Amino acid sequence: MNPEALFAFSLRMGDNALVLSQRLGEWCGHGPALEEDLALANTALDLLGHARMWLSLAGEAEGRGRDEDQLAFLRDAGEFRNLLLVEQANGDYACTMARQYYFDAWHHPLLERLAQAREPRVAAIAAKAAKEAAYHLHRSREWVVRLGDGTGESHRRMQAAAEELWPYTGEMFAADDADRAFVDPAELQPGWRAEVEATFARATLTLPGGGWMQQGGKRGVHTEKLGHLLAEMQFLQRAYPGAKW
Amino acid sequence: MSANDVPGAGARGTAPGESAAPESWPLWEVFIRSQHGLAHKHVGSLHAADAEMALENARDLYTRRNEGTSIWVVPSAQITASPPEEKEPLFEPARSKAFRHPGFYKVPPEVKNL
Repeated sequence: MNPEALFAFSLRMGDNALVLSQRLGEWCGHGPALEEDLALANTALDLLGHARMWLSLAGEAEGRGRDEDQLAFLRDAGEFRNLLLVEQANGDYACTMARQYYFDAWHHPLLERLAQAREPRVAAIAAKAAKEAAYHLHRSREWVVRLGDGTGESHRRMQAAAEELWPYTGEMFAADDADRAFVDPAELQPGWRAEVEATFARATLTLPGGGWMQQGGKRGVHTEKLGHLLAEMQFLQRAYPGAKW
Repeated sequence: MSANDVPGAGARGTAPGESAAPESWPLWEVFIRSQHGLAHKHVGSLHAADAEMALENARDLYTRRNEGTSIWVVPSAQITASPPEEKEPLFEPARSKAFRHPGFYKVPPEVKNL
């Protein structure tokens, strides 16, 4: 296994999980109900667990002595390799759930494929994470249906959220060599689209059209939102280097 | 799609424009089976808009520390409870019937684990 490809790939996987986890963590104490508050925090913690495993592996592959914490807390936005989708703001609950659903519908089948990877560390992390991602997908899918097929207001908001985040979905399937060393994400697109179409039909939502897609996250070209997220997430380690809990 | 099943028309039970705020979500009772072979045990309650959401919330609230192998959720409104004021007629008569307890047998010392 080419260590550079392993580093690039596990960094992408780790950054996706880390940034989405941080976003979901912003809901903590602000959820629409106690039950939802806890459920979102659970999802955030699952993703944080994934991030730790992927970033540790990235550090190993890189071989320059950086551990998970250094990778998480001491890189600037331009060095992050997450999808633009996961750094988008929480917005209302429909926005949070649309972001989550688009991501989960990609993340879960990707992890299932990666669980068969030849690189044993990648396969082990993916196998563990896939079980949690299966639950995330189940939950976000039901929320898309619940809000889409709920009240007039919830339907309007869910449709608006689905459209607003749609241009960020194309990046999930745009591949380069680091991706192809493990799995070509383009192969996941037909299954993803079928999943989203079926759910939107149940949710009485219209599938957003338009083929133009935002890209750049995988190369470190991010929206301005990531910098704010990192400023909050990294503040403690930046202000008090090496501080321990 | 049926005629009633128009977008946003509340096919899941809420009329258009009607609030579906969490405080109006019905209450559900949660039962967890901790191990195969044991009975489901009441662990608490939660709010949820529908049965599916009640199951998911129960999973997130009550099985975070690996407590469960199976979950039941029941709408609290569907539970019929014995009235507290009838406690005496219901339970008092059993109290004086000690012969219903298997306490009158001599257990041979050879018998362990009874």
